[in-house]
Amino acid sequence: MEANVFQLIWFGLWGLLWAVYFMLDGFDLGAGILHPFIAKNDTERRMVINTLGPVWDGNEVWLITAGGATFAAFPTTYAYMFSYLYTPLLIILFALIIRGVSFEFRGKKDSESWKKGWDFAIFIGSFIPALLFGVAFGNIFQGLPIDAAGYHGNIFTLLNPYGILTGILFVCLFLVHASLWLSIKATGDLRKRAQKLAKKLWPILLIVAVLFLVHTWFATNLYDNFFAAPAGFVIPVLAVVALLLSYVFMNSSYVKAFYASCVTILMVVFTGIYGLFPNLIPSSIDTAYSLTAINSSSSVYTLKIMTVVVAIFVPIVLIYQIWTYKVFSDPVTEEEIYDEEAEAY
Amino acid sequence: MDALMLARVQFAMTAMFHFIFVPLTLGLSVLVAIMETMYVKTGNETYLRMTKFWGKLFLINFAVGVVTGITMEFQFGMNWAEYSKYVGDIFGAPLAIEATMAFFLESTFLGVWIFGWKKISKKAHAFAMWMVALGSNMSALWILIANAWMQHPVGYVLRNNRAELNDFAEVIFSPYAWLKFFHTVMGGYIVGAFFVMGVAAYHILKKNQLDFFKRSFKIAAIFGLIMSLGIAIIGDFHAKEVAKTQPSKMAAMESLWQTQENAPIYMFAWPDAENEQNAFEFLPIPGLLSYLSHGDFNAEVTGLKDIPRNERPPVWPTFLSFRLMVFLGTIFIVLSLLAFIYSKKDSLENKRWFLRLMLYAIPLPFIAAQVGWIVAEIGRQPWIVYGVMKTSDAVSKSVTSGQVWTSLIGFFIFYGILAVVDLSLLAKFSRKGPEPEKTA
Repeated sequence: MEANVFQLIWFGLWGLLWAVYFMLDGFDLGAGILHPFIAKNDTERRMVINTLGPVWDGNEVWLITAGGATFAAFPTTYAYMFSYLYTPLLIILFALIIRGVSFEFRGKKDSESWKKGWDFAIFIGSFIPALLFGVAFGNIFQGLPIDAAGYHGNIFTLLNPYGILTGILFVCLFLVHASLWLSIKATGDLRKRAQKLAKKLWPILLIVAVLFLVHTWFATNLYDNFFAAPAGFVIPVLAVVALLLSYVFMNSSYVKAFYASCVTILMVVFTGIYGLFPNLIPSSIDTAYSLTAINSSSSVYTLKIMTVVVAIFVPIVLIYQIWTYKVFSDPVTEEEIYDEEAEAY
Repeated sequence: MDALMLARVQFAMTAMFHFIFVPLTLGLSVLVAIMETMYVKTGNETYLRMTKFWGKLFLINFAVGVVTGITMEFQFGMNWAEYSKYVGDIFGAPLAIEATMAFFLESTFLGVWIFGWKKISKKAHAFAMWMVALGSNMSALWILIANAWMQHPVGYVLRNNRAELNDFAEVIFSPYAWLKFFHTVMGGYIVGAFFVMGVAAYHILKKNQLDFFKRSFKIAAIFGLIMSLGIAIIGDFHAKEVAKTQPSKMAAMESLWQTQENAPIYMFAWPDAENEQNAFEFLPIPGLLSYLSHGDFNAEVTGLKDIPRNERPPVWPTFLSFRLMVFLGTIFIVLSLLAFIYSKKDSLENKRWFLRLMLYAIPLPFIAAQVGWIVAEIGRQPWIVYGVMKTSDAVSKSVTSGQVWTSLIGFFIFYGILAVVDLSLLAKFSRKGPEPEKTA
């Protein structure tokens, strides 16, 4: 069966929403993982958290939208994905809950142990989603053991070498992304440490990325689509070029390096999406049971309505979110955190 | 318990927990936006301090409301996969639209509001708060459009082994949805108003920052009065819609067994579902149920006996919750009327009994909101989509009771801790009061 144009559009949007989510929340999650290590005292920890303060919540809505869009456009995929991956999604959910409240709660009591507790919550609440989203996507790239009887795996099935490698790749991508973010948004010693860290972490990311590209060849069928339509190779090539550029730019402009890192993340996700098509969740045992953009989608009528909604509202969202980034484009300083007229976490 | 029952318990628990925080968010967002607007208009620093003080309480509460909302989205797929598959063509759209139209607005502008005090103009800052309030309210609208479809499905056909959308306009302009929306958000406004009045009453009792808290009290009293009257009127329309579209829910709400014309409401009654009658009933007001259901004292109202046993909702929780909600609604009108009169006459400080009453009344609108949802959701059983799909057919097939047990216990512990931390912070900052006035 051929996909209709709206199924194509929504397959693309599905990928785009995830890609934008990882690009934006990527530096949030990365900074959440980094903050106990990169910051030397409470002031610096607060500085890290306050670089995220105005934007993290808006970033996370891209996840909710990606989930909602999956529900609306591919309800069967949504239903099976969430019920098959019950336990890992539950763990991600708990992590996101604890992380979400910790930003608000951390500064609400003047107690060392209170703050330490919430610092740990921010760390674990950032690390788990970063790692497990990677593991989940690795497994989706590989395919899940699905047949007529349903799903044949559990959380340990997901923790296979390729899944774990993808998880590590995500964590490394986000750590470099976050170091670059802090290289721009922090001030003083913290900024210098972030810049050094970005340079140190980058080679590790490069090694993991190369391993990932090679392992993908053996573990998945993603490359089949690229050989069938070689124009698609532009995407992984761009991913690699952007990754290299992010390092080159570290010598001239950390802003440029950060943008390059954004492109890297987008292109890594799109590489996976291009390779998956038309599958959203391929079956690793019998392709007849793969969930595709064709067999798991909503009706054309629903997809049309959703397309109109997205065409109107996503540009509006982009406009005010970009405006927000502009309003808060100045680096976070120590004085600002202790300024009683302004708010800070 | 089997996976179905556990999934139901889990959904009820997580939804009710979520709905402790959401109504307060709805109410406070609007109240804080009003206060900040008054500051921008008058330049009076007291309104600025009010905005900051009530805004801080709003933020503490908001955080938990948002994160527990993600649970709701996840849960449809996790525990109710068959439901999601069967109705996703219709039900998924409002959820996705909610995210695109409402959550982005709410979350993005909240960031601007918290951190933007010195970065943008006063007007832009107040505008940001209005966008947060608009986002919260729009989010309620879309979720209630989705919920109303489960109560009274419209604009769909059964095709390709599922319910498919065929008239989007009918879904979004469903009268059920709009009545439910106004009923629910007004409930939230009442929660916000009583919260502000209660906390203010506490400080007025202590003679703490009197000007500040009397002003706060007055704004909340006016707001609360309008909303308590409004919710009663909307509630009446809503009940008529329920009677029309969900006769079994209406019958359970009033524990009416025999289909009859000129149906009365009993001031006191108790359902006995086993024997299909009321254990006792006295003080009937003749024709009132007919009137409230259909606007005509002689109209026929369907009784539970005319509904097959396996399609009747559990009667006593529906009946009792409905009674409690209406009772509380009446109390809100009385209390906010008194609040309005006393603050208008500027005699609040002398009415210590009333202030104490208002302090202890803080939980009442929360309870009303909870029992309101019990009426709506338990009253819909055994249907998940009224007349279309049974709840028992909606549960995920691949999920084991062991998995649901684990998550249920996880939620219980997790939400318990969140509740304790959040409520203690709310109490701490409520008691502490606003920053003292700056002496020039």
